[in-house]
Amino acid sequence: MTLDLVIQQLVNGLIVGSFYALIALGYSMVFGVIKLLNFAHGDIYMSGAFVGLIVFSFVGIWVGNGWLGVVCALLVSMLAVGLLGVVIERFVYRPMRNAPRLSILITALGASMVLNGTALALTGGRHYAFNTDLGFAGVDISTVHITYTQMVLVAASIALMAGMQAFVSRTMYGKAMRAVSIDMGASRLMGIDVDRVIALTFFMGSALAAGGGVMAGAYYGSVHFFMGFIMGLKAFTAAVIGGIGSVPGAMLGGLLLGLLEAFGSSLPFVGSEWRDVFVFGALILFLVFKPTGLLGRSVVERV
Amino acid sequence: MIDEVRTMPAAVQPQLMRWSVVLPGLAALACALVLPQFANAYVTEVATTALLYIVLCLGLNIVVGYAGLLDLGYAAFFAVGAYTSGILTAEFGFNFWLTIPVAMATACVAGIIIGAPTLRLRSDYLAIVTLGFGEIVRIIARNLDITGGASGLVGIERPEIFGFKLMQVQHFYYAFLVLALLTAFVCLSIERSRMGRAWFYVRYDEDAAAGIGINRVTAKLQAYMMGAVIASVAGCLYAAKMTAISPESFTFNQSLLILLGVVLGGMGRIPGVVLGAILVALLPEVLRGAGTYRPLVTAVALLAIMLFRPNGLWPDKRV
Repeated sequence: MTLDLVIQQLVNGLIVGSFYALIALGYSMVFGVIKLLNFAHGDIYMSGAFVGLIVFSFVGIWVGNGWLGVVCALLVSMLAVGLLGVVIERFVYRPMRNAPRLSILITALGASMVLNGTALALTGGRHYAFNTDLGFAGVDISTVHITYTQMVLVAASIALMAGMQAFVSRTMYGKAMRAVSIDMGASRLMGIDVDRVIALTFFMGSALAAGGGVMAGAYYGSVHFFMGFIMGLKAFTAAVIGGIGSVPGAMLGGLLLGLLEAFGSSLPFVGSEWRDVFVFGALILFLVFKPTGLLGRSVVERV
Repeated sequence: MIDEVRTMPAAVQPQLMRWSVVLPGLAALACALVLPQFANAYVTEVATTALLYIVLCLGLNIVVGYAGLLDLGYAAFFAVGAYTSGILTAEFGFNFWLTIPVAMATACVAGIIIGAPTLRLRSDYLAIVTLGFGEIVRIIARNLDITGGASGLVGIERPEIFGFKLMQVQHFYYAFLVLALLTAFVCLSIERSRMGRAWFYVRYDEDAAAGIGINRVTAKLQAYMMGAVIASVAGCLYAAKMTAISPESFTFNQSLLILLGVVLGGMGRIPGVVLGAILVALLPEVLRGAGTYRPLVTAVALLAIMLFRPNGLWPDKRV
C-alpha cells in the first residue's frame, strides 16, 4: 500500500466515520435513557436525508444550490426530524414503556418499517439526486485531492458532536438526562419530568441522525429509501465498538469503523463487495472479546 | 422488590387431549388432506406457500414465542438450508434426502457462530446482530461462485421417494403438509419437555430461571439452534420445489413476514402461529395491486397488532 493510498483511505475513512459517529451518537443517547436500542434510528436518518432534499430543492430557488442551501436544509431537517423522533417516542415507545422487552422491540421494529414503507410508497423506490454545486476545489497533499466540502463536513460533524457533549455535560437538561439514565425512578422522585427528558433525548438523537442524513445526501449526491437500513446496522456497530451509552465512545467508534472499513476494503483479499461482511465480522469479534466496547460500561442484561 | 406474584402459564401442563382441541384440529387436517383434490393449481400453490410459512413461523416461534428472543434474520437459516441442499444436489449430485442432515448441521454451526457470542448479552443486541447476519448471508450468496451469484442457483434435483419423483404442485403440497405436521408435533413435544419449560421460565423471568438452576445461555442457545434447524429443513424442501433459488428469496422482508406471522396470530401458541402464517401467506395475494404500498401495509399491520392487541389475534387465554 503506497503512502498516497494510505492518505486517500484515511480521508475516506474519516468522512464516512464522521457520518457513522453522528448516527451512533443518537443511538447511544437514546439507549442511555430508555435502555433500549431505537430500531427506527436508521430510518430516521433516511427521513432526515429526504426532508433535507425537499427543503434544499425549495430553498434552492432563492439562494442557489451552494452552502447556504445546504445549511438551510440541514437546520430545517434537524428540527423537523427531531420532532418526528418526539412523535415516535410519544406514540410508540411511551405506551409500551412498561411492556415486556420483546414487545417493545417488535413495536420499535414496526415503527421503523412504517417509516421505511412510507418512504418507499412515496418515492416508488427511486433514487433521488441531491445536486449541489459545492464544487471540487480543495487542497492537494501529494497526489491526494481533499475538497473543502470534505473538510467542512468532517468539521461540521465534529462541531455537532462537541455541542452535544457540552449540552449533556454542562447544562441543566443534560444533567437531567444523565440522572434519568442512571435511575429513572429516583429521578422522578427528585422532581425531574422524566417524560420530558426522554422526549428531549429522542429529539436530539433524531436531530443528529437527520444532520448526518442531510450531510451524507449532499456528499454522495443521492438519497434512497433503503439508505437507512445498512446505516442503522453500521451505526450500531460503531456504538458497540465505542461502548454503547457513552457519548465519546460513539464518536470514537464511528471514526474507527470508518477507518476500518476504508482500509479493510482496500486489502487485496477483501474487496469492496465484502465490505459489509468485514464490518459485521468486526462487530461479532467485538461482541465476543470486548462486549462493553472501548469506552463503555457493562451491558449485561439485568431484569 | 416484588411487584406481583408471577404465575407460570399452564401451557407447561399436558392439555393436549381435550376434545375441544382435538376435534377442530382433526377437521382442519381432513380439509388440508383433501384440498388438492378439489382446488385448482393456483389455490394449491397458495396453500403450499401457506404450509411453508407454517413451518417457518413455527420454527421462529420457538425462538421468539418460547424463548422470548427477537430474531430479525430468520430467513438466513432458511437460505442456509436451501443453498446447502441446492449446492449438494445440483453441483455434487447428492441424493436430496442425504442433504437434509447436512443442511441441519450447517444451520446448527451458523446458529452457534451467531448465537454463542450474542446470547450472553442483551436481547436487543441479538435482534440487531441477527439482522446483520441475514444481510451477510445474502451478500455471501450473491458474491460466491458456488452459489450462482446474483442470478442464483439453478438445476436443483427434484427429490424421489420410493421410486416416485415429486414433480407437481400437489406432490409438494403433501410434502410440505407432512413437514408442517412433523414440525407441529416437534413443537408440541418440546413445549412440554424439560427444555421447553426452561424456555418459558427464561422468557418470563430470567433471574428467577437462573435462580432455580437453569443455564440461561444454554437454554437460549438451544432455542435458537432448534429454530435454525427447522428453517434449514424448510429451506431444503423449498429449494427442491423451486429447482432454482436466488439471493432475493431470502431478504430482510422475508424475515419480517415470518416474524409478522408469529406476532399476528399470537406468540408462543401453536394454533395462533398457524393462523398467523396462513394470513401472511395470503397477504401478497390480497395485496396484489398494491405495488410499492405493500411493505407499508405489512408495517402498519405489525405496529397496529403490537399497540392494540399485543397478544395476537388468537391469544393464549391461559397466560
